[in-house]
Amino acid sequence: MRRFEYSRADAPQQAAMSASAKEAAFIAGGTNLLDLMKLEIETPIKLVDVTHLSLAQIETTDEGGLRIGTLVSNSDLAGHPEVVANYPVLSRAILAGATGQLRNKATTGGNFLQRTRCYYFYQTDSPCNKREPGTGCPAINGENRSLAILGTSDSCIAQHPSDMAVAMRLLDAKIETVKADGNTRAIPVSEFYCLPKDTPHIENVLESGELITHVVLPAPIDGMHTYDKVRDRASYAFALVSCAAVIDVDDNGNLDTVRLAFGGIGTQPWRNEEVEALLTGTDGNNDVVTQAADLLLQDAKGNGQNDFKIPLTRRLLKQVIQRALAGEGA
Amino acid sequence: MTTLTLTINKQDYQLDNLDARTTLLDVCRHHLQITGPKKGCDHGQCGACTILINGRRVNSCLTLAVMHEGDEITTIEGIGMPESLSALQQAFNDHDAFQCGYCTPGQICSATALIEEVKQNWPSYVTADLKNPDGLLVQEIAERMSGNICRCSAYPNIIKAISQVLESEVTAQSKNATTDALQGSQVTGIWSPPPSQTQIGQSSNHSQASNTLGERS
Repeated sequence: MRRFEYSRADAPQQAAMSASAKEAAFIAGGTNLLDLMKLEIETPIKLVDVTHLSLAQIETTDEGGLRIGTLVSNSDLAGHPEVVANYPVLSRAILAGATGQLRNKATTGGNFLQRTRCYYFYQTDSPCNKREPGTGCPAINGENRSLAILGTSDSCIAQHPSDMAVAMRLLDAKIETVKADGNTRAIPVSEFYCLPKDTPHIENVLESGELITHVVLPAPIDGMHTYDKVRDRASYAFALVSCAAVIDVDDNGNLDTVRLAFGGIGTQPWRNEEVEALLTGTDGNNDVVTQAADLLLQDAKGNGQNDFKIPLTRRLLKQVIQRALAGEGA
Repeated sequence: MTTLTLTINKQDYQLDNLDARTTLLDVCRHHLQITGPKKGCDHGQCGACTILINGRRVNSCLTLAVMHEGDEITTIEGIGMPESLSALQQAFNDHDAFQCGYCTPGQICSATALIEEVKQNWPSYVTADLKNPDGLLVQEIAERMSGNICRCSAYPNIIKAISQVLESEVTAQSKNATTDALQGSQVTGIWSPPPSQTQIGQSSNHSQASNTLGERS
């Protein structure tokens, strides 16, 4: 690990100011950052500890939603009575990721900022456009079984690893931030991540020193909340394909709310509202689900080892819809 | 000169000019000779370094010591020593829940916190009803322990050991809850698990527990 200067922040704006220096980073849970610092993939020269800020509360909003402090741990968020009762898709997504130990440390804000687990990103003696811009992407013609099929570019096919962020995308969460100059903004998760294009090292719209302070969930959505995660082992593995869903079926057996977001297949948490619109109002028969899958995957591109994710996503989508129609879910 | 004070197993340790890069695991092992927490992968994947911070299990390899001034840190040494084994330590012995033993301190720290999590009704990925998790189920224990790897694959006996203590503590808690409700007293803190039947020298009545276990597994 490279040397760094450590400081503890007392207030959000002060933290943002401290971290707006070049090559500075915030640290909260640290479960991904320290892992990457040990491998010298992340090499901040200044580390601003934000764990003592008062940002670990969950409060209800006037709109009937929840405002979650960025330091709320993944364990606390997944087990919070309001989340369990009204946003079970979020609880299930969080619980699908990592381990008890990691969820106790990992924070809400930090979870959004996890880096990819692409082998080449982690392999410091190999080229990687995300780690060292301009060096190339060996994954495209190499080991890419776990990597993305949607949102990719000729520079990068790294998948976004988060489960939590998939549910947050589904729920139309907004990410509140503070900048070094004290200005704040609320960024919808849909606008938070950047596609890799030819700058895969730029993963989100945060500016230097900009600190996530809260995540706001709108009022709950009625329906069955499910999170399905297909992976190589039953626990503690990243998704090959995952699907967060909120689906409501009316008295006539038609789908009257359909929200779907996918993990493991995209360079960012993946949601296509056109797919939801296509399914809404239908009875979810095989033909319409096939059309929905075609639409979802029309731009999907496999690179050999990860070709299987295309049929796997189709099958997962079908299972999620059929199960909701049968009235089964969390 | 900067001084860092860490509270480990209820004892204060002062560290002068500690390199900020030092993890809590390395402070314990290399600076304080608290060698219960083990270094396996050093990347949060194996769980051998699991300790408790303010009652919660974490990977001590993935956190910096300088971030933990004022926290209550507990390693396996603080859970029980040879002359004062905790219920879980005794159960691991009784069920032969290890072979080489390298992962055991992490397994026991993790399981100690798991029992509190179950008592506090935390759900897991395999929980059917998120509002009412049945933490006693074998699949629940397996899922909740997935952050602790055992290369000797002693998993069946690890689960038996945890099941035994979990059953007795959860049963004790529901009895206490009734008593507490009657007396209006506070629920005991996370660090005060009641002594096990074994610890207080009484053999427990296992008939009901074994029946339940049999059905669950």
